[in-house]
Amino acid sequence: MDRGKPFFHPYIPNTVPEIRAEMLERIGVTDVEELYQAIPKDLRFKGKLKLPKPYPSEYELKRHVLSILSKNKTCEENLNFLGGGCWQHYVPAVCDEIIGRSEFLTAYGGTAYSTFGRMQAQFEFQSLMGELVGMDVVSMPGYSWGSAAANAVRMASRMTGRREILMPKTVSPERLATIRTFCKSTCEETGIAIQLVGFNKETGLLDLKDLEKKISSKTAAVYFENPSYLGFMESQGSKISQIAHRAGAESIVGVDPISLGVLAPPSDYGADIVVGTAQPLGIHMNYGGGTLGFIASRDEEKYVVEYPSWLISLAETVKEGEYGFGFSRFERTSYIGRDKAKDFLGTVAGLWTIAAAVYMALMGPRGFQEIGEVILQKSHYAINSLSKCKGLKVLYRSNAFKEFVVNFDGTGKKVNAINRGLLKYGIFGGKDISKDFPELGNSALYCVTEVHRREDIDKLAQALKEVISK
Amino acid sequence: MKRLPQLREYHSPVWSEPIIMEMGRKGERGILVPEAEEEIRASVGKGKAYIPEKMRRKQSPGLPEISQPQILRHYLHLSQMCLGMETNIDAEGTATMKYSPKINEALARSPKMTEIHPCQDEDTVQGILEIIHKLDLFLREISGMDQFTFQPPGGSMATFANACILRAYHAARGEGAQRDEVITTIFSHPCIAATAATAGFKVITLMPDPTGYPDFEALNAALSPRTAGLMITNPEDTGIYNPRIREFTRAVHEAGGLCFYDQANANGILGITRAREAGFDACHFNLHKTFSAPHGSFGPGCAAYGVLKELAKYLPKPVVTYDGKKYHLDYDRPESIGKLREFHGNIPAVLRAYSWIMGMGAEGLLEVARTSVINNNYLTKLLEEIPGTVRYYAPGEYRLEQTRWSWEKLTKDTGVGTLDIQRRMVDYGLQSFFMSHHPWIVPEPFTPEFCESYSVDDMDYWAAVLKQISDEAYSNPELVKSSPHRAPIHLVKYEGLDDPSKWAMTWRAYIKKRVK
Repeated sequence: MDRGKPFFHPYIPNTVPEIRAEMLERIGVTDVEELYQAIPKDLRFKGKLKLPKPYPSEYELKRHVLSILSKNKTCEENLNFLGGGCWQHYVPAVCDEIIGRSEFLTAYGGTAYSTFGRMQAQFEFQSLMGELVGMDVVSMPGYSWGSAAANAVRMASRMTGRREILMPKTVSPERLATIRTFCKSTCEETGIAIQLVGFNKETGLLDLKDLEKKISSKTAAVYFENPSYLGFMESQGSKISQIAHRAGAESIVGVDPISLGVLAPPSDYGADIVVGTAQPLGIHMNYGGGTLGFIASRDEEKYVVEYPSWLISLAETVKEGEYGFGFSRFERTSYIGRDKAKDFLGTVAGLWTIAAAVYMALMGPRGFQEIGEVILQKSHYAINSLSKCKGLKVLYRSNAFKEFVVNFDGTGKKVNAINRGLLKYGIFGGKDISKDFPELGNSALYCVTEVHRREDIDKLAQALKEVISK
Repeated sequence: MKRLPQLREYHSPVWSEPIIMEMGRKGERGILVPEAEEEIRASVGKGKAYIPEKMRRKQSPGLPEISQPQILRHYLHLSQMCLGMETNIDAEGTATMKYSPKINEALARSPKMTEIHPCQDEDTVQGILEIIHKLDLFLREISGMDQFTFQPPGGSMATFANACILRAYHAARGEGAQRDEVITTIFSHPCIAATAATAGFKVITLMPDPTGYPDFEALNAALSPRTAGLMITNPEDTGIYNPRIREFTRAVHEAGGLCFYDQANANGILGITRAREAGFDACHFNLHKTFSAPHGSFGPGCAAYGVLKELAKYLPKPVVTYDGKKYHLDYDRPESIGKLREFHGNIPAVLRAYSWIMGMGAEGLLEVARTSVINNNYLTKLLEEIPGTVRYYAPGEYRLEQTRWSWEKLTKDTGVGTLDIQRRMVDYGLQSFFMSHHPWIVPEPFTPEFCESYSVDDMDYWAAVLKQISDEAYSNPELVKSSPHRAPIHLVKYEGLDDPSKWAMTWRAYIKKRVK
């Protein structure tokens, strides 16, 4: 912008000089500087911020941003087999339509009256998710699956007065890292210790003997995931919960809810607290920005009072038969409790919550059954195809849901070299887990969902054969 | 001045929507799922066969069965019963409800943003890494900090990150167990106290001096060898800027602590004053407030958390780096506090903030700040004239971007309180104002913030509505107390919300309790 020229911006109505003069006059000052008199002179920023020359016209701005964004290569333009906590599922157009609505997109907190619609939609998320996980209390989701799991283990710790958590070594490294951050404290006595439990090298399932050995009267909770990070279904859920309960510990299960049309809800195998993400339910990957994480439990006061989350409750109004909404036991939260609160709360993931509600409504019971079925069929077709490639071995293949571990030890090639080779075919190969799970050798975590067609999987198998043989 | 604005004859849509669980008929479908191809089915058979017997779902989930047009209509109705920032004058304080430019929304919805996976090869995401890195550079300039992360998905998570870094910093110096106290003020966001406590700190909360300023003597009394750090807002939620801020940060440093600046209230000081010069070691901005990303019905937000060089090694991983040719994700950070959440952050908000700054430039940011401060002080003139209002603290002093007001006088005079007025505003098509964080040190509080997006006419209208409600309180208090009357619903009976035999966080719980 030229120096000396008055500054106008279409986003700022009151930059018009006449309006500004009128406002300053009403305030009773001649210059805006007078309003800043509280800020000491030596703290005032001298000069002009060194920022790039802006693009004041919307057209130029769009050209500029698109010129950078266009350097991204997307999962739509390529064939993607990455999952591991952020998954490529189909997002129905209705989900995008609803969360694109100004009213939802640009509302914030408001009240039960001013943002009534968002509260009902978010209550509906809680209700729909309650049916999938088989629990009567579901929170409005927080930040991510990992942070929800972290909140849940802290809930268990407060409830039991114990400070140790057990979880399988197969837990997602990203989620484990998040849980660790929340379990540390300024000193050992107030922190929560995390102990990892071994797993069966053949099946991936939790080593029950190791669990029995490690569990004690100090254990606050056992946390495990279903399907697990490595893709297999943990079929010993009832036994794990029994072992936890016998020791007076809580059983916490993390789930990917896209599986729950065909997989048993955690409430069937003894879970006390369920956590999970809803990203697969109508939310784009957004470079990992589509995360959110809910907490669910039985409808018992001892659980409810430990939630750090927003809990939207259906309520009556003064008009007979009318639905209203409000927050239950809000004094739990950091908005009231400050340093005495249950963990902390803030701006969470309201828009994604609404998208997931729409998704669950669209899918219905049959949609969830069908998507579970088709994911199983396609992933097992991929498992069979890849198993036939020379040098490849698929681990935990018999009970995989949508992800599975492919071991490349027999190829003499590293995963990153394989993946670089696949890129030339326009394929994003599975996530390299060799460093996170050295005991699994040179391995990658592959993800197959309903978005993959048979020819995509065949193309992957063919490309792998060629890359390996090079 | 101009004529008084005429009040609108607003009435919210009242759709009396059922809960989604009550809708539809058996057999209806909202969407169909792609089937596995014939060859796949022939080759692998039934998918269910791969589920271990014990893991099979016995009962189909009790979800409703509804066709697509009815689902769409239901959620459109719900959206119509929600006042978004774009459909009304939304002056919720501490929230900076600014316009989220539509062009940035369109960019954020591009498949080049939405269809990228966080574990893709660096070579395939150079565009988004460039945007992340450049926004980091912009914010370094705006704050004076040396490096930013965008991993925190909201402001609270940024203050939590800071508490974790305080812990790591003192532990590395062998003072981890000793320095276990965090100091904050009562007018800083409550999440600061909560996140510090979650990280294991004891929290000392300073009360203001009688004029509403942070109390320097109280700070000095609180400092000790146990002090890990100070975590505060400035201007505080009262809109009052602490002019002794440099003395505060100096005193904390002398006591061996670090200083963290919650810049949720930064909209009035962009390009005016910076965290570095005020002596802070770390700060955060909310991209969903100050930098125009939308609030999304309570998220997803995104906080940019920045630190001085000495603390950069503790930032959550990965961080984006640039070697002059290519952008990288650096995971090799042994002293990092680890992860606050999975992956890199709410990156669409980073994209929007980048685009917003590129549309504004340095001069634009300065005008944002100036305009928001002018707006707030202009509004002061309008609100002062409304019977029953009191501007709390620091008489005669200007406020920055927001002001803490009180209806104390109106409540004494009429029995109508701030909660009543908050509801009544909806009858005039306005978003309810933000009252105050807890506890209510200022009685019957409200805190308007008219950021740069609002016009003089918007403010005149908003003030005219409050004037009208004040008049109603004096002439017919029951009208305000029994409000809302033109909202999507009537006054909620709150008693049931805290009663385990009545509360219902899901429809299934509601059905069980209703049948009893």
